Amino acid sequence: MATETIDIQLTAKDFVTDQEVRWCPGCGDYSILKQVQSILPDTGVKKEDIVFISGIGCSSRFPYYMNTFGMHSIHGRATAVASGLKIARPELSVWVITGDGDSLSIGGNHLIHTIRRNFNMNILLFNNEIYGLTKGQYSPTSPEGKVTKSTPMGSLDHPFNPLALCLGADATFIARAMDRDVKHLRDVLTRANDHVGTSLLEIYQNCNVFNDGAFEIYTDKGSKVEEALFLEEGQPLIFGADNNKGIILNSGHPKVVRLDDGSYTADDLWIHDSSDRYKAHLLTTFFDNPSLEGHLPRPFGVFYATDRFRYEEALKDQLDLAVDKKGKGDLDSLLSGKNTWTVA
Amino acid sequence: MTKVVEEKREVTIVFAGDSGDGIQLTGTQFTNTSALFGNDVSTFPNYPAEIRAPQGTLAGVSGFQLQFGSVEVFTPGDICDVLVAMNAAAFKVNLPRLKKSGTIIVNTEGFNPKSLKLAGYEASPLEDKSLEDYRTIQIDVTKMTQTALVDMGLGKKEVDRSRNMFVLGFLYYMYSRDLSPTEQFIREKFTKNPLLIEANIKVLRAGYNFGDTSETFTSRYNVKAAQLPKGTYRNIMGNQAAALGLVAASKKSGLNLFYGSYPITPASDILHELSKYKNFEVKTFQAEDEIAAICSAIGSSFGGELAVTASSGPGIALKGEAIGLAIMLEIPLVIINVQRGGPSTGMPTKTEQADLMQAMYGRNGEAPMPIISANSPSDCFDAVFEACRIAIEHMTPVFFLSDGYMANGSEPWKFPSTASLPSISVKQAKERKEDDATFLPYKRDERLVREWALPGTKGLEHRIGGIEKEWDTGNISYDPENHQRMVKVRAAKVAKIADSIPLQELNNGTATGDVLVIGWGSTYGVIKTAVSQCITEGISVSHAQIRYIEPFPRNLGELIKGFKAVIIPEMNNGQLVKIIRDRYLIDAKGINKIKGIPFSTDEIITAIKEAEETVKKA
Ligand SMILES: Cc1ncc(C[n+]2csc(CCOP(=O)(O)OP(=O)(O)O)c2C)c(N)n1
Ligand code: SF4
Ligand SMILES: [Mg+2]
Repeated sequence: MATETIDIQLTAKDFVTDQEVRWCPGCGDYSILKQVQSILPDTGVKKEDIVFISGIGCSSRFPYYMNTFGMHSIHGRATAVASGLKIARPELSVWVITGDGDSLSIGGNHLIHTIRRNFNMNILLFNNEIYGLTKGQYSPTSPEGKVTKSTPMGSLDHPFNPLALCLGADATFIARAMDRDVKHLRDVLTRANDHVGTSLLEIYQNCNVFNDGAFEIYTDKGSKVEEALFLEEGQPLIFGADNNKGIILNSGHPKVVRLDDGSYTADDLWIHDSSDRYKAHLLTTFFDNPSLEGHLPRPFGVFYATDRFRYEEALKDQLDLAVDKKGKGDLDSLLSGKNTWTVA
Repeated sequence: MTKVVEEKREVTIVFAGDSGDGIQLTGTQFTNTSALFGNDVSTFPNYPAEIRAPQGTLAGVSGFQLQFGSVEVFTPGDICDVLVAMNAAAFKVNLPRLKKSGTIIVNTEGFNPKSLKLAGYEASPLEDKSLEDYRTIQIDVTKMTQTALVDMGLGKKEVDRSRNMFVLGFLYYMYSRDLSPTEQFIREKFTKNPLLIEANIKVLRAGYNFGDTSETFTSRYNVKAAQLPKGTYRNIMGNQAAALGLVAASKKSGLNLFYGSYPITPASDILHELSKYKNFEVKTFQAEDEIAAICSAIGSSFGGELAVTASSGPGIALKGEAIGLAIMLEIPLVIINVQRGGPSTGMPTKTEQADLMQAMYGRNGEAPMPIISANSPSDCFDAVFEACRIAIEHMTPVFFLSDGYMANGSEPWKFPSTASLPSISVKQAKERKEDDATFLPYKRDERLVREWALPGTKGLEHRIGGIEKEWDTGNISYDPENHQRMVKVRAAKVAKIADSIPLQELNNGTATGDVLVIGWGSTYGVIKTAVSQCITEGISVSHAQIRYIEPFPRNLGELIKGFKAVIIPEMNNGQLVKIIRDRYLIDAKGINKIKGIPFSTDEIITAIKEAEETVKKA
């Protein structure tokens, strides 16, 4: 996140490129693109100070459509490229765009290492639970038993829980949003961008061609109220039709309770506190298969945010300290070293 | 008794012992002292593959060979004049390198029954008749060291650790060397522990005095200072020279240095070295793997820094895809391969030159890029500096090929001054005003080079990536004509670099003749020595060591035409030879050694003589 502000107010249009957007009609990526373009003007960062770096996948085409600096790199490696860029240019606002295959399969290693180093960058993980670009194989987030082109009898892989994985790598910011809830998406994008450190935002994205409806249960008007739990800072965990359900912590275990039969009131509920790591951990475990009886709703919003030193800043401090201690490097004395002799 | 001092032109010594015996340190000290004295030196450390192989075993033997002379020396020597063996295993492994009538110095304590058994001896070889061909000096170094340090209150371990100083002192006496550089070194090394300073210096002097007072020698030796070209020198190892070359290129280009790497033998020392130079704004990044290492370097280069990544063969294999990306992005990047024995894990601590084809062709698609190699340890400085210059000035990734032999070997270096180094010109695209024409990221100048457009520069917002680019605009393009045109222009850009590199010179011999020996990389020294010797014997032979392998110097083809036969010695199964045959359609002959050890002078001489004979017969 760059700090310098701009004099002319930009609009979302300023972030649109002349390149024809090539996603399938109806793809969830369109919405995410639009929301990112619409929040950027309000961040106050100059266009030329923003860089989008992606890997490979449908989602990774994103930088071509952003009128900023951009690099469409190679499969899985966007986080590594972004790390080097942040070390070189800490003042730039760097966004990583990656898919579930890109970040959790081929790029899984770089993702966890980038997160633990806590570079100040935003990672948008477009999770469609499928390999879109390669035309529909299961991905590391596809549910068990998923029938795809490469798993005609159902997938045998147990899926990753991306936010639990990232928290396990000591992420300083984890959040979840979805392509179809645009206002919420914009809010969370803004909070991710405001976070100083690596912010990992998982976005449920519909691939209407190869995995249509994977998240319908959370986006469809009928089921959304029962299945999606929106986290609000300092507020109790409430969901359900007419806000009739809540979540309490029962000896450290989350439990759904009813608020409309007199047994519980909002005062009894778990209050969301994104600075609480233990609660955040519990929230990431709200990951049940929604078809199971008695499952917990899926949380959306900012799970966890904390402050920890950024690699690029700490490196800069070391460089400064080295100059303080030894003086600015003198190449001639480095070249001569300590032991020389002269041939006359 | 006064001892006669005998003059020697050059001497080769091999120090050998357990990897815990401080052999590398002993060798390095002897080297530095000799270099400071004014000898020309060339060294070759030979590490065991395991860090701490079981003590006393053949697998655990660590060696350090050096040649020093009053004349120029180009190799660490083929056969040794002196073998210093700290135990039976070290003796067994290195005896074949000793010349007949050579001197053996052994620590007798290392030939106790247990050590003998570990080395696979039934009886002590020291009592064997076969040793009559040599001059054997037997010293109980362990006991002498203990005696020297008695009453100092040191533990057995610490006492034994300083044994190597006894041997070093003894050799300093033998070769009439000054103790003070090593004493100074000891003082600096143990600043925090005055007791160890005292102990080590005591043992060093004890060794020296033992040489003086014992009746071991009837004569001492003197190797006069060499007549090296005038100037100020230091001793330097290849990896160290490469690190300094990078810092120098950073200074001369005005760009901060970024070094992304993942540890691997024998490249890690560059990372260790550079991580010490933080006050030069050098940023080192130990990435999670080689892919992240190169990708972070790509990110840093995109951001406008001098970006470098290094590894050895296995790691270079992992970087392949990202190198292709850098070729597509057309951004500066230096990739260092300190080659080792392959394939796969191969022989990590042994040297080889078998990654040339990997550098040349080891990527998907048509992906040409420049390749530079160095000739010797100190030449790593110039070669890597050149690699940086070409990368920055021609907006391309560049390979710098080193190898374990030159990376760990050392020699005197007439180091340059900052002022004498050429400057590296950096051309970055300028900010655009409202009415300026749209910025075209892939527009090229007359050298076919595009501009470096850094994030943060107003009006230069653009997107690049690995997908084929449209001419000028850099937008995605799947147009067939455009792809062919772009493949051709990327190749032409690399070919055009030939205009900015020096012509190939002969390192020895006349411009035309019977035999031309072409080498590349660390074979320089041995070819130089062999060819010189053949020339004195009246053989018509010349030597060209190629540093610029891609593109070749413009005159290389012409130069080759001046000879009836071309032979190409390489520490691989024939790689440069294939490229030369392909490029110039000549019947070049490969001379190949793939043993993890460098050529000996004799091997090259034999090859030259055979080639000469064939020419004469024809
Ligand atoms: C090294 C490499 N391996 C495989 C591929 C093929 N490939 C391209 S995208 C992709 C998976 C994309 O899935 P995801 O990251 O989920 O992105 P999506 O298309 O779903 O947005 C694969 C396997 C590649 N481009 N590069
Ligand atoms: S394949 Fe799926 S993810 Fe890719 S563009 Fe089409 S709808 Fe979107
Ligand atoms: Mg996907």
